[in-house]
Amino acid sequence: MGVGGLLLSNVPTFGHEIDPARALETVDVALKKRLADVALNAAKSKGATYTDVRIGRYLAQNLFTREKQVQGISTTESYGVGVRVIANGTWGFAATSDVSDKGIAKAAEQAVAIAKANSKLQKEPVQLAPQQGYGEVSWKTPIKQNAFAVPVSEKADLLLAANAAALAGGANFVNSALFQINEQKYFASTDGSYIDQDIHRIWPNFTVTAVDKASGKFKTRDALSAPMGMGFEYLTVKAPTKKGPEGTGLIGYDKYYDIVADAGLAAKQAKEKLTAKSVMAGKYDLVLDPNHLGLTIHESVGHPLELDRVLGYEANYAGTSFATLDKWKTKNFPYGSKLVNIFADKVQEGSLGAVGYDDEGVKTKKWDLIKDGTLVNYQATRDQVHIIGEKESHGCSYADNWSSVQFQRMPNVSLAAGKQKLSVDEMIKDVKRGIYIAGRGSYSIDQQRYNFQFGGQLFYEIKDGKIVGPLEDVAYQSNTQEFWNSCAAICDESDYRMFGSFFDGKGQPSQVSAVSHGSAHTRFNGVNVINTGRKI
Amino acid sequence: MAILSKDQAQALLKKALSYSKADECEVNLSGYKGGNIRYARSTVSTSGEEENMSLAVEARFGKRSGVATINEFDDASLEKVVRRAEEVARIAPESPEYVPMLGPQNYLPSNAWFKTTADINPEYRAEAARKSMALADSKKLTSAGFWEDRSGFNAKMNSKGLFAYNQNSGVDFSVTMRTEDGTGSGYVTRDVSDVSKLDTAAASEIAAQKALGSKGAKAIEPGKYTVILEPTAAVDLLQNMFRSMDARSAEEGRSFLSKTGGATKLGEKMFDSRVTITSDPTNPEIPTSTWSGDGRPHEKVTWIDKGVIKNMPYSRFWAEKKGVKGLPSPGGFIMAGGNQSLEDLIKGTQKGILVTRLWYIRAVDPQTLLYTGLTRDGTFYIENGKIKHPVKNFRFNESPVIMLNNLEALGKPQRIGGNLVPPMKIRDFTFTSLSDAV
Repeated sequence: MGVGGLLLSNVPTFGHEIDPARALETVDVALKKRLADVALNAAKSKGATYTDVRIGRYLAQNLFTREKQVQGISTTESYGVGVRVIANGTWGFAATSDVSDKGIAKAAEQAVAIAKANSKLQKEPVQLAPQQGYGEVSWKTPIKQNAFAVPVSEKADLLLAANAAALAGGANFVNSALFQINEQKYFASTDGSYIDQDIHRIWPNFTVTAVDKASGKFKTRDALSAPMGMGFEYLTVKAPTKKGPEGTGLIGYDKYYDIVADAGLAAKQAKEKLTAKSVMAGKYDLVLDPNHLGLTIHESVGHPLELDRVLGYEANYAGTSFATLDKWKTKNFPYGSKLVNIFADKVQEGSLGAVGYDDEGVKTKKWDLIKDGTLVNYQATRDQVHIIGEKESHGCSYADNWSSVQFQRMPNVSLAAGKQKLSVDEMIKDVKRGIYIAGRGSYSIDQQRYNFQFGGQLFYEIKDGKIVGPLEDVAYQSNTQEFWNSCAAICDESDYRMFGSFFDGKGQPSQVSAVSHGSAHTRFNGVNVINTGRKI
Repeated sequence: MAILSKDQAQALLKKALSYSKADECEVNLSGYKGGNIRYARSTVSTSGEEENMSLAVEARFGKRSGVATINEFDDASLEKVVRRAEEVARIAPESPEYVPMLGPQNYLPSNAWFKTTADINPEYRAEAARKSMALADSKKLTSAGFWEDRSGFNAKMNSKGLFAYNQNSGVDFSVTMRTEDGTGSGYVTRDVSDVSKLDTAAASEIAAQKALGSKGAKAIEPGKYTVILEPTAAVDLLQNMFRSMDARSAEEGRSFLSKTGGATKLGEKMFDSRVTITSDPTNPEIPTSTWSGDGRPHEKVTWIDKGVIKNMPYSRFWAEKKGVKGLPSPGGFIMAGGNQSLEDLIKGTQKGILVTRLWYIRAVDPQTLLYTGLTRDGTFYIENGKIKHPVKNFRFNESPVIMLNNLEALGKPQRIGGNLVPPMKIRDFTFTSLSDAV
């Protein structure tokens, strides 16, 4: 979603408005350990056979600007405790903002009472994969500059500088935003783990609009940034970028994003879009930029391989999945072409999913989902892995707040780079009739993840191995399995970078999570492209 | 504690305001209690209950504004939160979109609160879920559903003499039923203000019928079809259009209501003459708050009259800049319909497709309001006035503007998502591909 459409009211917020300086305070680890033990003991005394407790301080700071003015700045803090138990073989959960011995004990007792009440409707007891206790451990996102320590005025000035660059480039309007998250999470369980984590994420974004008053047409171009598991260094400390294809002027931002330069380029490209050629519908070979392909991976591989969806737990909301257990059991379900290797992880540095331990105390790792084109695994939590014959959780448990119950959420899901040396220009040289697509646009997929339609931010026509000019009104429609089987080439490791989703929604009540998707430029042959131009 | 009466709220807000040293100060108090229960694979997966009350203070010095919130209400805490808002305001930049706070307003009396809903407890929720699951079990279907209820109040007071208070309550219930072999799926959703109007077993029966009826769907070619959209299917497209009617976007040239040269389509006929969309905060079917978040009264408004754009929502800043009264966005909309039932619409259709739900709707082009998405949970082929057989799901690419010009007939409006929406028969609705999803 572009910032233009991302109204303040649509941004998930938790907690209370605070002075930004208070965001730098932390809660003493010894105190958290003592409070965690209160929960563990209280639940046990009421009959829980397993308990975990999360003491969480969730900080969020959002800045919104348009043109020459700051529209809104908010810094919020949410602090509280969530207790999850198993009693009578059934999950129970309760949470409280009363972080006192009494408040925590009461929540633990309530969680046990809920578990016992719900156990009357339970058909099968929870089966929890064994998990070793890690003792007292900690993990921090390896940031260079804590975004919350940067003065708000400096951040607002950076957004206004980006807006100025867009306006100087001929934009009529520009909305920009900066989202920052810091999760200070403490986890303890009856397995013997006491885990203290400090997690940071950041997402700079903008939407530039160009209006042609004479024709009444308007076009937008969103930022080509990626949401990252990084600090403010993403915007300030220069790091190598990748070169976009010849003829586009695009830059592939990786661990550094120049928001001012991108805003200036965006204005020029939004104006170009006003007069770009409307696409002729038909079959094209697509060359997809990692900043675009990330969302395609997210929707067509990430979500269908969530084991809770496969089992039917999300049937009433997000849906189920075509990637059923019987297909996986055949060990030869061709999800994609032989080139397609897709892995899950929660360890890639700079990624949104990177943490030391998940929200049920499982150390994070990397594993294969699709190997040489074949479906080989799912994403699972402790109470699910027995269903796929595994003895160790994948570490995919996450809750978006202390007051939300943790459940299975998507880890980073990424397409491995090609093993042969290949640059994007070399890839385009081989394409006779194709389209190059950059950036995240409109996206829609069915509830079992078969049929999808994706747009983008920028489209370029490829003719006889060369980019010949911009296109408009482009969207491609395909079927997940057909699409991944049309994967014909993947650029090498030097071209690999991450994109991501900062506010991915799932569950009822809905929770958000953030997740990255890495890939290199990738070619898909013979994909159906439609023309989305209409007259009203 | 979470739900205060009008007098209690007024007393607390007065006290908070008494600590203010700012040029202008506004205090907003809101509280709620509610709960939820979620089930899947015919067993409860999560349930919870919560209550909360919080106070937000906005202090202003000239055009500088600061906000602070708190959920403690003793005198010291009230003073602390007012001081904090004032500190934030002093260091804030001047807002170029500053508008003075509103003085006293006249509000319609609200009828959005029901004791029946406020009295819901965990046993009530469990019983509602059990009834739905039992119905699924009796028909050998798998159920996945969600119930969420909430009752609360909102109050606002400012240093210019404005005071507003409203209570509200509501329940949302939805369930998806699937056949054991996974080839049939049905869905139902209901939202009510008064829980005594909600019967989860009766609602679940509809989802069950759709699940059983959608088994063995046949593929038919995508293309342009006459469709009957049930209110559940129509509401999202209408809501998306309604949210795009903001006056500022239209006047800035970046909306479907913009015209060349900076003009807008206000006063122009854009839709079929049978399209009339209004809002009314006191409509007994969809009662909402009688005042908006910025303190302006919600009134009865005609937004689209016989196909003509009559009003566009304005922010207070934009209304002042443009020198117009400027209406706030309403809580829910009412689309006028006819007296025909869904069955009547089906009877009057030679060839068409009944769409019961749309899913994953995303904007493709904001200029034309083109949206894409898919049908879901029961799509049926109609021939000679009867449902002939279920059909596979389609992807659509369609604009509600085009759709409301291709209107064939409207049925009796029904509450859906806090709006009143009729079932509608539309010709030439554009399906662009087939989906294998069930």
